[in-house]
Amino acid sequence: MEYFIELFFSGLTRGAIYALIALGYTMVYGIIGLINFAHGEIYMIGAFTSFVVATVLSIYGFPLLSIILLAGLAAAVWSASYGYTVEKIAYRPLRHAPRLSALISAIGMSIFLQNYVLLAQSPDFQPFPELIPDFEFMEPFAHVVGSSDVVILLTTALVMVGLTLLIKFSRLGKAMRATAQDRTMAMLVGIDVNKIISMTFIIGSSLAAIGGMLIASHIGQINFFIGFIAGIKAFTAAVLGGIGSIPGAVLGGFVLGLTESFATGYVSSDYEDVFAFSLLVLILIFKPAGLLGREAAEKV
Amino acid sequence: MLELRDVHTYYGNIQALKGITLEIRNGEIITLIGANGAGKSSTLMSICGVAPPRSGEILFRGEPITRMSPDHIVSLGVCQVPEGRHIFPQLTVQENLDMGAFLRTDKEEIRRDLEYVFSLFPILAERRAQAGGTLSGGEQQMLAMSRALMARPQLLLLDEPSMGLAPLIIRQIFEIIKKINQEQDTTIFLVEQNANQALQIADRGYVIENGTITISDTAENLLANSDVQKAYLGI
Ligand SMILES: Nc1ncnc2c1ncn2[C@@H]1O[C@H](COP(=O)(O)OP(=O)(O)OP(=O)(O)O)[C@@H](O)[C@H]1O
Ligand SMILES: [Mg+2]
Repeated sequence: MEYFIELFFSGLTRGAIYALIALGYTMVYGIIGLINFAHGEIYMIGAFTSFVVATVLSIYGFPLLSIILLAGLAAAVWSASYGYTVEKIAYRPLRHAPRLSALISAIGMSIFLQNYVLLAQSPDFQPFPELIPDFEFMEPFAHVVGSSDVVILLTTALVMVGLTLLIKFSRLGKAMRATAQDRTMAMLVGIDVNKIISMTFIIGSSLAAIGGMLIASHIGQINFFIGFIAGIKAFTAAVLGGIGSIPGAVLGGFVLGLTESFATGYVSSDYEDVFAFSLLVLILIFKPAGLLGREAAEKV
Repeated sequence: MLELRDVHTYYGNIQALKGITLEIRNGEIITLIGANGAGKSSTLMSICGVAPPRSGEILFRGEPITRMSPDHIVSLGVCQVPEGRHIFPQLTVQENLDMGAFLRTDKEEIRRDLEYVFSLFPILAERRAQAGGTLSGGEQQMLAMSRALMARPQLLLLDEPSMGLAPLIIRQIFEIIKKINQEQDTTIFLVEQNANQALQIADRGYVIENGTITISDTAENLLANSDVQKAYLGI
């Protein structure tokens, strides 16, 4: 039973990170119908940014909490500026081109960013400073769930509640939903659609960056390639939940994280991907639009 | 109030408008009639900046709006109810109306306008919390018009508001167009295939064929014109 709970929590933690990244895929897809293949790299850049900032700040002896907050903020801002720029130079000029062109541009961006970080950093894994200490009050539970799992889960929950409120009630959120549902009409009611699309990239990129920092600190090392794997997994989660759907991305993330965790724990870590992708195939056979996706006919 | 001067509009290589020239004066109801594919919707989309012209000029209150962004044009008071209504399907009726007032900040006045559109279309008040996509065709047309009114337009562009509606509802919609024109002092540019009904309420009309204006006259004269009767009035 203890083992089960341990796997459960580690699955949730993984799932939370997948969900944070998947939100970016699903929001961008919802608004411009593009799979942003560079999104995994945006997450990786977030992890690196927090790595640099956290390392520097810890050399100067800043308190841990301020390091986390500043590193997270820097990562979010830096990744957001990358996301914003990628959209502006690689996707916006192709807005009216056939979809395949934008998709190829996205793949190109992904490869470019990966190699750019490879050159700027190094191909090797680098140790990531441990940002989340072991809390004393967590000690009785430490054998099943670590402090950093708890921090990751709480942060993710907070971010998701915030995002939900933003999308449901704010002026920006309503404009985002309107633009996703009918772009021409959004223009006709006076929404600056380009600005809304930029904001979508900015928000999605910031979420991925926060995910990047949290997981890098949890695992303890990073390199230029982490965005590729996490990106594919998060994309899988978004499809699993129904691409374009925000609750779907969250649900898909957790379903995928738990599946992988249990597969690793009860079968073998060699099979975690087999289980993850088998699950994807099964769900798509029975629910082609994903768990919470809309049927293609009423896709907007 | 609005002037188009030799407007040419393309979609890629396809030329939709081949030199449209027309004028709409303050307070008028002007109708644009024409067959399928003549370029009626393209004319409206050019005015709104969604399909900006490749050449020619569009003036609103004497100022060129030819290359302005759509949101800027809306902020000047030019609003369109597009063909097919374009209700935001997953937004509620209330949220659809809120989107109409997207650029406004005068909360009190917005509330008053909301009451006004509910007085025009009481059914919408009953359906406030319902998703826009679940309304009937007639209700969607009412919502689309109300949403445009929430922007307090000075010039309202209507693209085939009668499309796909039952005769009774069509009559109601046309009455309300007339009412909006009189009560709100809103200038109206009405695109219609239902030429007879449109000419009944219009002051003047233009006939568009193949991307150019071929006839321009008062509504009365157009109703009496034998070419128009043959081609658009089914007489
Ligand atoms: N988005 C588009 N892409 C390419 N061609 C278009 C597009 N929209 C319109 N056209 C073409 O432009 C021409 C004019 O179309 P438009 O929609 O303005 O006609 P319309 O008079 O509104 O017709 P209808 O009465 O059927 O609505 C048509 O030949 C049409 O095929
Ligand atoms: Mg049309």
